[in-house]
Amino acid sequence: MSDFEAILKAYEAAGGNPQFLKSPTVGSLVISGNQVLGLNAIPGLDVTADPLPDGVRVRVRVAEGARIERPVHLCFGVVPAEGVQRILVDYELGTGSSAEFLAHCTFPNALRVQHIMQGTVHVGVGATMRYSEVHYHGETGGIEVLPKLQIKVDEGGRYFSSFSQTKGRAGRIDFDYTVDVDREGLTELTAKALGYGEDQITVRETIRLNGEGARGLAKSRVAVRDRARSEVFASTEGNAPLARGHVDCVEIVRGQAVANAVPVVRVTNDRAQVTHEAAIGTVGKKELETVMARGVDEEAAVDIIVRGMLG
Amino acid sequence: MADATAPGQVLLQVVDLHVMRDERPILRGVNLSVAEGSIHAVLGLNGSGKSTLAYALIGSAGYAPARGQIWFAGQDITHLSITERARLGLTLAWQEPARFEGLTVARYLSLGMREADTERIRKALIAVALDPDVYLNRFVDESLSGGERKRVELAAIYAMKPRLAVLDEPDSGIDLMTLEDIAKLIRRLQREGTTVLLISHRDEVVAIADAASLMCEGQIQTTGDPRHVCARYSRCCRPCDRAQKVETEVDYERL
Repeated sequence: MSDFEAILKAYEAAGGNPQFLKSPTVGSLVISGNQVLGLNAIPGLDVTADPLPDGVRVRVRVAEGARIERPVHLCFGVVPAEGVQRILVDYELGTGSSAEFLAHCTFPNALRVQHIMQGTVHVGVGATMRYSEVHYHGETGGIEVLPKLQIKVDEGGRYFSSFSQTKGRAGRIDFDYTVDVDREGLTELTAKALGYGEDQITVRETIRLNGEGARGLAKSRVAVRDRARSEVFASTEGNAPLARGHVDCVEIVRGQAVANAVPVVRVTNDRAQVTHEAAIGTVGKKELETVMARGVDEEAAVDIIVRGMLG
Repeated sequence: MADATAPGQVLLQVVDLHVMRDERPILRGVNLSVAEGSIHAVLGLNGSGKSTLAYALIGSAGYAPARGQIWFAGQDITHLSITERARLGLTLAWQEPARFEGLTVARYLSLGMREADTERIRKALIAVALDPDVYLNRFVDESLSGGERKRVELAAIYAMKPRLAVLDEPDSGIDLMTLEDIAKLIRRLQREGTTVLLISHRDEVVAIADAASLMCEGQIQTTGDPRHVCARYSRCCRPCDRAQKVETEVDYERL
């Protein structure tokens, strides 16, 4: 099996549709380890990918005013059991542009794999970027995932991000996104993760609402069981008049697992408002008993509730 | 499976049921018989023990009887789990139903069905005046109003086709459904083979029942023709200092 076929197979296991990676009309990028196996730019979308010794430097540009109608598909993965993949990435969305990116990150055989993603996102004036990242890590737990992004949303821009690791072991995840939002800008960060065995999940979401009327939501949903650990640091700052922010964190704990949540709300302008809600604990009694009262056994009922929450 | 019982025979028999909470007696020797195929109302003021009885019947954690027995279709179910009781056909529609993030109405309604039946799910939503095309893919979460959530709960009971449905205050918090709509739904459940134990503190709801019991201070005071029971309720029952503290969400969750 070629490297391309192997990564496509892993991509499919992670929930991706390989047809999109082969279509000439769909923007796409396929990276396995430090090899660029596929790249398709389309009008309005420019993508460059330069190999590094242990990864790839990626630059994505969406031209001013360009509307990329179909989602751009990204596939990152390491198929062997060991390795390091460092993705240094910069996204630049020009003024008034819009694009959606669907990234699948797959490490199906990881025994000692490190996936590092570091980069920046710049959403120009009035631009919209939607970024969805779905992970599949297999059942071995031998994976470290370290995504760290600095995001800047200009006036009237919108940035939506969804990170999801709900199939297979999490391994060690340290997710760290920071967003600065300018006037009338909007951001929504959602992180969902499932951990079991000895998994360790850390979610760091920081939103700074720096412009008048900026809005932000930091949402996290984490479920851990066995001896897994989770920590959520969610911080939102209201630094300008009429800035509105909200932190929403739910962690479900079972077995010997431990969860921490540290929601931070900070307001430096007397016309800004930031709110937060955090709930940590087991599945609610009423939710559990409601499902059980339909004839579902307890373990399956918990699973239904947790999977619903993790989407 | 539970033994079969013919219409008119006793489906649910509660014998001398005592339930304690924080060392206080809440149910103090409840005796109740519900006939198969009937609509049986339990009427009583807030704090009389109605919801506690409902939780004890389905086997909710923290509501295990200190004394007494619950028989269902000839089987002693006193020590069975909620799941086991539900599989025998006993379920509850909560007064304030739970909300589920990420669970669609379609999935929620299918939970109690042995085999997914899209047509029945659609029919169940129509039965509670919800448009299936609008609601099937909505989530059973905070985005539903209290009234919508309540109607979804009743639809779930209809979809499940249980042998005995305990409906805890089905008329409370419903916005667009009238009492007549609820009465129609309950009668429809009955026609399709579900026995209904209807818990309420409103005597006009009880009018649709075949039999009624009046509950006071954790005991059934009288059982009989709904008109007579309602008359006694109207005549005699007033809030009093003998009523127990009303069951709250916090009380329920902490047990």
